[in-house]
Amino acid sequence: MFGNSKDLLGIRDLPVSEIQEILDRTAEMKKIVMSQNRKTTDLAGRTVNILFYENSTRTRLSFEMGAKMMSSVACNISASGSSVTKKENLIDTARTIDVMQTDILIMRHGLSGAPHLVAKNVNAAVINGGDGTHEHPTQALLDAYTIIEKKGDLKGLKVVIVGDIAHSRVARSNIWLLTKMGAKVSICAPKTLIPSGIEQMGVTVYNDVEVALKDADVVMGLRIQLERQKGGYFPDLVEYAKEFGINEKRLKLAKSDAIVLHPGPVNREVEITSFVYDCDQSVIDEQVTNGVAIRMAIMKKAIER
Amino acid sequence: MNSILIKNGHVIDPANNIDKKLDIYVEDGKIKEVGENLSKGDTVVDAKGKVVVPGLIDMHCHLREPGQEYKEDIESGSNSAAVGGFTSIACMPNTTPVIDNGSVVNFIKTRPARVNVYPIGAITKGQKGERLSLMAEMKKEGIVAVSEDGDTVANSGIMRNALQYASNFNLPVIAHCEDDTLGSDGIMNEGYLSTILGLKGINKAVEENIIARDILIAENDKQSIHIAHVTTKGGVELIRQAKARGVAVTCETCPQYFSLTEDAVDGFNTYAKMNPPLRTKEDVEAVKIGLKDGTIDAIATDHAPHHINDKNCEMAFANNGMVGFETAFGLGVTNLVNEGHLTLNELIEKMSYTPAAILRLDKGTLGVGKDADITIVDTECKWTVDIEKFVSKAKNSPLDGFKLTGKAAMTIVGGKVVMEDGALV
Ligand SMILES: [Zn+2]
Repeated sequence: MFGNSKDLLGIRDLPVSEIQEILDRTAEMKKIVMSQNRKTTDLAGRTVNILFYENSTRTRLSFEMGAKMMSSVACNISASGSSVTKKENLIDTARTIDVMQTDILIMRHGLSGAPHLVAKNVNAAVINGGDGTHEHPTQALLDAYTIIEKKGDLKGLKVVIVGDIAHSRVARSNIWLLTKMGAKVSICAPKTLIPSGIEQMGVTVYNDVEVALKDADVVMGLRIQLERQKGGYFPDLVEYAKEFGINEKRLKLAKSDAIVLHPGPVNREVEITSFVYDCDQSVIDEQVTNGVAIRMAIMKKAIER
Repeated sequence: MNSILIKNGHVIDPANNIDKKLDIYVEDGKIKEVGENLSKGDTVVDAKGKVVVPGLIDMHCHLREPGQEYKEDIESGSNSAAVGGFTSIACMPNTTPVIDNGSVVNFIKTRPARVNVYPIGAITKGQKGERLSLMAEMKKEGIVAVSEDGDTVANSGIMRNALQYASNFNLPVIAHCEDDTLGSDGIMNEGYLSTILGLKGINKAVEENIIARDILIAENDKQSIHIAHVTTKGGVELIRQAKARGVAVTCETCPQYFSLTEDAVDGFNTYAKMNPPLRTKEDVEAVKIGLKDGTIDAIATDHAPHHINDKNCEMAFANNGMVGFETAFGLGVTNLVNEGHLTLNELIEKMSYTPAAILRLDKGTLGVGKDADITIVDTECKWTVDIEKFVSKAKNSPLDGFKLTGKAAMTIVGGKVVMEDGALV
């Protein structure tokens, strides 16, 4: 259970106590992931189905590895074609999976709200692996866990998120989580990529990356998709990188012990340079490792009903 | 001879400045006498404690026939209208095929219907925005206006020609205002809520750009224009200013736009997805002010029924619109009259006489000699909306469970009782 819900659909409705509990439990799971005996019986006899309508390496694999380490029967369902252009009956697909006695349904979909529609129509616990431009709650939880590993606490930290905020579900889930946990969150992007009304989420909005990064404790880059260039949001990736990319010089504007996160996959030399990706301040690899542990903690919580 | 005497009711007839207790005598489908203490007629209807008003007129609805009878048809839609107290409804042309020629108009006019159904023709053939539709031919078959509703005539030159050409045949032009290049492909009003839900927003300028354009085209050529479903504060203001300049512009809003805000969409509620989208509290207030000061002339339903499969799906795929007839009057009484924005007299005028005048129909009054289209309303009746009980084929409405005051008690069309106490007769 996640609060009053069988499902984990977003951070917006997740109480602080639940967030804290997931983060606390992740530490145990990480020990298992880092051990030489990566096996628990937490999901023994349980079924986990992974239904992804969008490509993913990290999220999908981390759920699958985690589910298998916890001894569940885990299956990947290939959802072919683009869900955004083709109208197929999502409810029917979800019900089919559900009646095969699915305990946990992990779902990624290109349309905001698709997991909510599924959740209403199945008995399985639905975990949102990212929906449209809405939320990506497990990413925000793993990001928070990674920050806490390095910084001890989220409270009072200055976190700067740079990139395509408008189309980013990672940004939204992170803003919900970080502000709930007491961090000071800033966002930075060209105005075309700042969505309407976002300051009401409690963030400070910057359009100049060098001003935004000043004294940051945590710097988070977001992937810039090539299609945004075609959509007319900015002229091209070169100009974007020049004006908004995080490079060595700009990283120096943040605190000297600032850490760099990125949900991946990274466009090197666009949103962050290779130097920044590979520098000592980067925790991008740790994020990936922690992704397995956080998803194990979440799946364990999902069967506690 | 078929005659009815409606006794003891409080009669409100805005066009004739009547607002008092009177009896109405109806014979052979016409109003024969309005006066005190009348005593004749085959049937006597006791309207004590109720209000007798001109039959409500909806100048903007979608009946889905021909082509989408699985959503609604003329019979079921007109039944729904009768339950809502409507005696005349004007249906939009975005059917399959589109109402763009005389044959389709004739088909609609000959379908069985419980209330008067007036087709509205498309502005362009197939609603493709290219060539003008057969307006003269359609007029002869009975259209009362032209509109591209559901779409905007994107090409300003074609819109200009449409206003001029339609005026040859005394056809009002109803403009659905939406600037496609500015992002009409959104799902809900643009703002904080669309941002946190990750749903593409429709900003207010999408609507206001075309309202402004169409006003300017009409003004330039001294033509008249009617703006459909106004939802934004800025849109109301554009129309207010145009009226002050003397432009022949009229407009309507819908009950949903003075009763609901975008908050209804939260939780990915497809029932609250419509076009134009539900807006903010500030817009709702501006719409109410516009109704009060006369900027907004009429209240239409934009009754837009959909099959459950077209609503029980992803937000992006859900169809736009909600069932409108059966809740319109209750929303008007509850949110306008009882909140002090309009008098009952003004509400009735905007739901009967004014839409009739805009459509150039000789209806919407209780004058002697007029068609006996009469609605008896109970302005005290408190009821709870139960979408499962809708008479429309469709059950989609974000108003399920809403507590309303005010309901039609009897609907009389052409001197014939077609609905009594919520039941079709
Ligand atoms: Zn419309």
